[in-house]
Amino acid sequence: MDVIETKIDTKSDEYRRNYDSMVAQVAELKEELRIAREDRPQKAKDRIAAQGKMPIREKLERLLDRNTPFLEIAPLAGRGMYDGMIHGGGLVCGVGIVCGKEVLITGNDATIKGGATYPMTMKKTLRVQTMAMQNHLPIITLIDSAGGYLPMQSEVFPDIDDGGRIFYNQSIMSKMGIPQITAVMGLCTAGGAYVPAMSDETIHVKGIGAIFLGGPPLVKAATGEEVTAEQLGGVDLHCRESGVSDYYAEDDAHAIEIVRNIMEYMPAREKARLPMHEPKPPLYDPKEIYGIVSKEFKVPYDVRELIARIVDGSEFLEFKELFGPTVVCGWAYIHGYPVGIIGNNGVLFPDSSMKAAQFIQICDKRKIPLIFLQNINGFIIGREYERQGIAKHGHKMVMAQACATVPKFTVIVGASFGAGNYAMCGRAYNPRFLWMYPNAEIAVMGGEQASGVLVTLRKDQLAKEGLPPMTEEEEEAIRKPIIEASKKESNALYSTSQLWDDGVLDPLDTRDALGLAISASLNAPIPDDVFGYGIFRM
Amino acid sequence: MNTCREMGIATVAVYSEADRKAVHVLKADQAVFLGDSDPAESYLNIDKIIEAAKETGAEAVHPGYGFLAENPLFAERCEREKLVFIGPPSHVIRDLGNKTVARRTVVAGGVPVIPGMNRPESDPGILAREAENIGYPVLVKAAAGGGGKGMRIVTSPKDFQEACASASSEAGRAFSDGSIYLERYLTRSRHVEFQIVADQHGHVVHLFERECSIQRRHQKIIEETPSPIMTFELRQRMGAAAVAVAKASGYVNAGTVEFLVDQQGNFYFLEVNTRLQVEHPITEMITGLDIVRIQLEVASGSQLSLTQENVRSRGHAIECRIYAEDPEKGFYPSPGKIIYMREPSGPGVRNDCGIYSGFQVPVEYDPILSKLIVYAEDRNQAIMRMIQALEDYVILGVSTPVPFLIDVLKSEAFARGDTFTDFIDTHFSGWKPDRFDEDAACAAFIIDELSRGRKAEATATQQGAGLSPWQTLGPWGR
Repeated sequence: MDVIETKIDTKSDEYRRNYDSMVAQVAELKEELRIAREDRPQKAKDRIAAQGKMPIREKLERLLDRNTPFLEIAPLAGRGMYDGMIHGGGLVCGVGIVCGKEVLITGNDATIKGGATYPMTMKKTLRVQTMAMQNHLPIITLIDSAGGYLPMQSEVFPDIDDGGRIFYNQSIMSKMGIPQITAVMGLCTAGGAYVPAMSDETIHVKGIGAIFLGGPPLVKAATGEEVTAEQLGGVDLHCRESGVSDYYAEDDAHAIEIVRNIMEYMPAREKARLPMHEPKPPLYDPKEIYGIVSKEFKVPYDVRELIARIVDGSEFLEFKELFGPTVVCGWAYIHGYPVGIIGNNGVLFPDSSMKAAQFIQICDKRKIPLIFLQNINGFIIGREYERQGIAKHGHKMVMAQACATVPKFTVIVGASFGAGNYAMCGRAYNPRFLWMYPNAEIAVMGGEQASGVLVTLRKDQLAKEGLPPMTEEEEEAIRKPIIEASKKESNALYSTSQLWDDGVLDPLDTRDALGLAISASLNAPIPDDVFGYGIFRM
Repeated sequence: MNTCREMGIATVAVYSEADRKAVHVLKADQAVFLGDSDPAESYLNIDKIIEAAKETGAEAVHPGYGFLAENPLFAERCEREKLVFIGPPSHVIRDLGNKTVARRTVVAGGVPVIPGMNRPESDPGILAREAENIGYPVLVKAAAGGGGKGMRIVTSPKDFQEACASASSEAGRAFSDGSIYLERYLTRSRHVEFQIVADQHGHVVHLFERECSIQRRHQKIIEETPSPIMTFELRQRMGAAAVAVAKASGYVNAGTVEFLVDQQGNFYFLEVNTRLQVEHPITEMITGLDIVRIQLEVASGSQLSLTQENVRSRGHAIECRIYAEDPEKGFYPSPGKIIYMREPSGPGVRNDCGIYSGFQVPVEYDPILSKLIVYAEDRNQAIMRMIQALEDYVILGVSTPVPFLIDVLKSEAFARGDTFTDFIDTHFSGWKPDRFDEDAACAAFIIDELSRGRKAEATATQQGAGLSPWQTLGPWGR
């Protein structure tokens, strides 16, 4: 195979500038992660300790096989929202190994508002369910939730992607044969009661776990009956009388032991098989990605330099190298898995769009997973390209990509603007996992361009109405808020707080995260030909 | 039981709930379930044991070394039921079991006793006066006692009343007899005992001494024979005294006469144990005799074939008692499941062991696991052999004093034979094991690495392809 030959100069000013800038952004990311994972008031920690509950991170440590990875999902969801207190949306979610099997785990962090469901909690739960369905991963839920956060009920209850969707998904997952194991490690009130009730198997912890459709206060208000939580939905009621719970656990540690026992007995699913190679690390130091990825989107960089630091042995077979050069397509291995990689070296032209469409079709036919490395300002514009039919060529790429049935993975390694985001498998195109680099930005267009468009529109309007043109100050007054809003709402930390992605990656982790994600995705079979056509040459 | 098997005698074991899987039960030809783990429902329940003996047609009862072994009522009941009790007659057990009666008997036989009272007393005033007469420090002892229960050392009069009260109540609980008496407490004394055997025809011989000075909580943990202080002359005198005690009390079967020896070499009678003792194997090692066989022969009415002249000893033997206990926490019992064990073996190494891998050490009883005995040509060689045997001994799952015993045996004081009953307090109080062990750390690391590898392999075959990064990346992201 061809080895990518690096051309970077690690002594150059540009490299140093990029490097220093990325180091600072990664440090900021790590600090944000530390806060989200650890920063809890002592009072909250003491409270759950007094209740005899184990902190969620400790539950996770016990649940996961020793010395195995944990691919956490959206640890910064909800960052900066709701007074900045709902770290990770109050949920810890991720893919991990339990008894040798890849599973999705989701658990309430009871140190955050008693595990109440905020809009971001809802969104994250649904995201994890989607991942379970797309990748056929068993889902283990460690539930300890006070239920919907009532002051925000209008944002968690009524809509298509609100509370009801969770139980709809649970039903569908069950029908699909996706195992759902739930450990009741706290209150499961109202909607929360349905999570264990709709699971395949439920473990109930003595003394601290309770399941009821209406909690004691609601029962009292409605019927006047006075009952304790334990009487109303405790372990004895549900294990001995109602049969809602299946396993009786003495405490959190015991409950986790039972979950592990269940996973031990669960037959391992036959995974989709890819012709694997012996994994080998890249030839070049992945740390150099820091110096390669541009600080400024205006400064282009060769995505092959990035690919060379992600793929096995830095080996890459490039497809149509001399045609449509603004998109780079080719085959490589990551952690031994064959992949087709599509990366951007500029905006999409008609020829680059067609090249990508053809490449995607080949990968899909051959059942090779696709990896998109997004650094895209959009499709080319201008009269000449409209005349060539850029819209219909873009359509080919979007269509091929949207319809591909192989697992897709997206890493936004720079800009993610406009229809470029769509063509390069943005969130709406169901990549199995989507991550951002700390420097990445996502928006319909860059702030500069957006403000430029608005200024132009205003100028045209003024001219049409025969009014005098704007002064410099007036122009600036239009530009400034747009640019500022864009800065605030398009950066990676903002994106991840909104759950537009599955997390922000330290670029050093790109290869490992992709390897883990590919392996997890293979739990779902790769369906046979659904095209009905061969591969169209473009 | 091994001896019985050698002699062609069938054996019946009795057991309680907690001992269902104990070694004695597994070894016996037949085993009878007595009842609940609570000793009152099983091992202390005379009716049930007698019933078991009758039901199985047993001719004789060996009382072992605990529970009913020194209970005159049990011996008496056996006598009444025409079962041979393998031990002395019940009246001898009764007389010697009461320490003050024993003192009187012994004094009559011309054997020196520790200055002290000849009668139990409960009146605090009289006790206090006696204490003044004897002179502090005094030892408060339970008249019916044993095993250190109900025993207190009092160094000054101001602590006296309280010590008497607590000793009395402890004795009352343990032996249903709260009476106490006083003795002079000998500072820095040795515990030296003589094994005796006597037949029903008035012949008594002693099988030399055992030194049992290394004790914790008044219980022996290391015993050896010969005693490091023994001289030919002293052995003659003490042996004669032991035989005199046996004769004066009308003793039959195997027993032990215990003495304290002070720093000047004066010895004082302490008590008689009217049973086989835990530490009897060291005597067997140096004499080549099987004491249990002698017990059985004597019980069957045979004459002793031994005479004092033809009892010979050779070499040196040491016994270490291995309990499930934590030497770092005041030798507090540490029951639990034996996850794994490996017994030491080799020339001159004997391990009388009551456990196996997977055995659950019951919380209900004295947690002795095994008795490790070594025999060698001389004391130095025996110490080295014991150290090696202890180092080879692996017991995982419960705490044991093995590392502590190794340190004791390696100590200068032990090597010098500087063994007094306060040995552990003097040389090893607050003992902690040396945890800085590079070899152990390396081994642990290698095992960890190896087991991780195996795990990865197991899941890889499921997948049918190469290793996934889930198996190769370790705790990534955690």
